[in-house]
Amino acid sequence: VRPPLLATAWLIARKDLAIEFRTRTAFFAVLVFAVLGVAIFYFAWDVTAVSALDLAPGVLWVIFTFSGLLSLQRSFGVEQADRAMDGLLVSPIDREAIFLGKALANLVFVAGIQAITIPAVALLYNLPLGATLPILFGIALLAAVGLVAVGTLFSAMAANTRLAELLLPMLSLPFFVPVVYGAAQATATLLAGRPPAEAWPALKLLIAFDVVFLTACTFAFPFTIEE
Amino acid sequence: MSTATVENSSHPRESARVRADDARPLFGWLFAVAVICMVAAYIRAIYFTPIEALQGAAQKIYYLHVPAALSAYLSLSIVAVMSIVYLWLRDERADRLAESAGEVGLIFLTAVLTTGPLWGKPIWGTWWTWDARLTLTLFLWFLTAGYLVLRGAIDDRSMRARYSAVLGILAALLIPFIHLSVYLFRTLHPMPIVLKPDRPSMPNDMLFTFLSFFGACTLLCISLIRARYRYGVARDLLRAAESEGEGI
Repeated sequence: VRPPLLATAWLIARKDLAIEFRTRTAFFAVLVFAVLGVAIFYFAWDVTAVSALDLAPGVLWVIFTFSGLLSLQRSFGVEQADRAMDGLLVSPIDREAIFLGKALANLVFVAGIQAITIPAVALLYNLPLGATLPILFGIALLAAVGLVAVGTLFSAMAANTRLAELLLPMLSLPFFVPVVYGAAQATATLLAGRPPAEAWPALKLLIAFDVVFLTACTFAFPFTIEE
Repeated sequence: MSTATVENSSHPRESARVRADDARPLFGWLFAVAVICMVAAYIRAIYFTPIEALQGAAQKIYYLHVPAALSAYLSLSIVAVMSIVYLWLRDERADRLAESAGEVGLIFLTAVLTTGPLWGKPIWGTWWTWDARLTLTLFLWFLTAGYLVLRGAIDDRSMRARYSAVLGILAALLIPFIHLSVYLFRTLHPMPIVLKPDRPSMPNDMLFTFLSFFGACTLLCISLIRARYRYGVARDLLRAAESEGEGI
């Protein structure tokens, strides 16, 4: 009898997070990359021509996309040392559970980056976040689910190819279009002080993307690790 | 997964099933006919079709642009359908057909994306605009290019087939989302440029030019996919023969 799917997924996620927590190198590196990116954007910015409110959603979501890619890269990279992936594959667990566990660990990782980067952007760009902050975190989480679902699958695939680091962004970025679009539009609506209801179409797009691709990628994953 | 192991071990046999007489000349009569039709359609469009009153000569790009787009859609639909068929039946032919259609699709998409701006500059006054259809075509190009790069980055045949089939299916799922994104975008920020006017009726000789281009283009598309498929068969035969040679 196999243990329930989600319990197994949680075990896998806990394993990945424990590795990350004990080494802490990747999280710190990606975090520095994200904040560095935010700072670099400042130099490409004509303060007199574009207001911070107009620029911030773009900065946030470009940074999240790229730092997300960086964090996803190591998701299956850590399983390559000592062929640890084979250990996972011979374990009596569902392949879907491996995927969900990996995705969950990536989600925690990406959400952690976002939780620090959003206030950092607000601080550096003088954004009046205030009451909109919780909603902004909600949008970020919705977007992170979509990014992580697609990215985890492609990370598993890319790790087995000759172009590993190059292929992940090439495959993932087109898939991030609806996520970036939805999240950036919703963020822009909020920051401009318009009623949150106006962000609803963008949020619906995000939610639909999350549902469709989390399901599709979970079912597709077993096809990518047949041995 | 026990079925997977069986699947895998049957692969050498499967390639041996590709018989020697399957390797046929790449460009057969079909390609010759397609090329002749293409040339005829060009001659008709350039010399025997009236110049449109408002758009001038630039309108003639339309005759190549739209049929090329339709051929690209045909090719990419083949990729999507063959991806599903491959994961379902694990038939190598489906994978080879998807590979062939993907490459041919990229050629036609490139033709669409180059002829489009050539028309857009004189008519719209800009090479590019982030209109829904343009953006979607651009991302189809990116996805197809990514698909082909992925194929090129994997040596193992069955793994390449599975990975590219997964990508093919996910890309098909993605297209409505990209379309929706740009559509929402467009309604939020109306474009200053009018979309290409839809002609309710086209003069008969222009319509005939369009239809002959459409026929020639579709024929060319199919003959190219067939040629590419035959190349794939020959390549796999060669690989199978090589690995048999190594075995001895």
